[in-house]
Amino acid sequence: MEQEELVRYILESTESVFSTMLGLETTAGTPRTSQGAVAPSYGVAALVGLAGSWIGTGSVDCSAEMSCKIATAMLGTEYDTVTDDVLDAMGEVANMIIGNIKNSVEAVVGPMNLSIPTVIYGRNFTTRSQRQNQWTVVPFECQGDEFLIQVMLLPNSNAQSLMQCVRVGGEVEA
Amino acid sequence: MALDVLIVDDSAAIRKILQRVLLQTDVTLGKVLEAGDGLEALETLKSNKVGLILSDINMPKMDGLQLLEHLKADQEYRDVPVVMITTEGSQAKVMEAVTLGAAGYIRKPFTAEQIKEKLASIF
Repeated sequence: MEQEELVRYILESTESVFSTMLGLETTAGTPRTSQGAVAPSYGVAALVGLAGSWIGTGSVDCSAEMSCKIATAMLGTEYDTVTDDVLDAMGEVANMIIGNIKNSVEAVVGPMNLSIPTVIYGRNFTTRSQRQNQWTVVPFECQGDEFLIQVMLLPNSNAQSLMQCVRVGGEVEA
Repeated sequence: MALDVLIVDDSAAIRKILQRVLLQTDVTLGKVLEAGDGLEALETLKSNKVGLILSDINMPKMDGLQLLEHLKADQEYRDVPVVMITTEGSQAKVMEAVTLGAAGYIRKPFTAEQIKEKLASIF
């Protein structure tokens, strides 16, 4: 998959979720790539795994303040500190953004599944994937604050052998 | 007659949003119940009758399509409309839900209008 294509899916999905569910305007910054470790996070990181014909991870990263703005917009209740409601809202935002990216990607590369979101909240933590792979990072500005959408995707080397197992009349043939 | 609704989603945020949207519709609401997954939904339904179920697909323990399959096989709930509300957008998933008997399929992110229109088409 071309980098430009993935960036386009990230832009479309993020703007759709923020405008439809949150009623918030976003301005996309300059997309970039990051090799290996994801940049240190500074508040809340909501991660979703992807698996299927391609595998990877997607995340929504932002400050604690931004996460409160997101939850406030989503739930119609004012949040000024990170609570379970805020973390749940972030998980669902990640689920929708990465889920819609997945829908676009799988139309091109084949079926994929989404994991349940994991949301991390704290200070001075770093997240990294097991492998040193290229991440696509798109920054967004929203209400004077920033958030990042980060996606790492690569072809699943096991997908080919899995595709060779065909279920015929209830029997599995390899 | 008041409509009792069961909302099934592992996200508390989505359950809150859907509760809010239901209050904005023209439907006269009775009880609005919640469940975090398909298994919890079936447990809730053992002691509560509802007239509408709104369900996510991707959930732990029992997903929305498995829940739908159970409901359609149960004489007591076979005729209760089940609307799927999900991020899953593949044609295959939509067809699977329709084949299993879903009354509707709404993709996230959704607007309040989409939910209202779907309920108006059912009731």
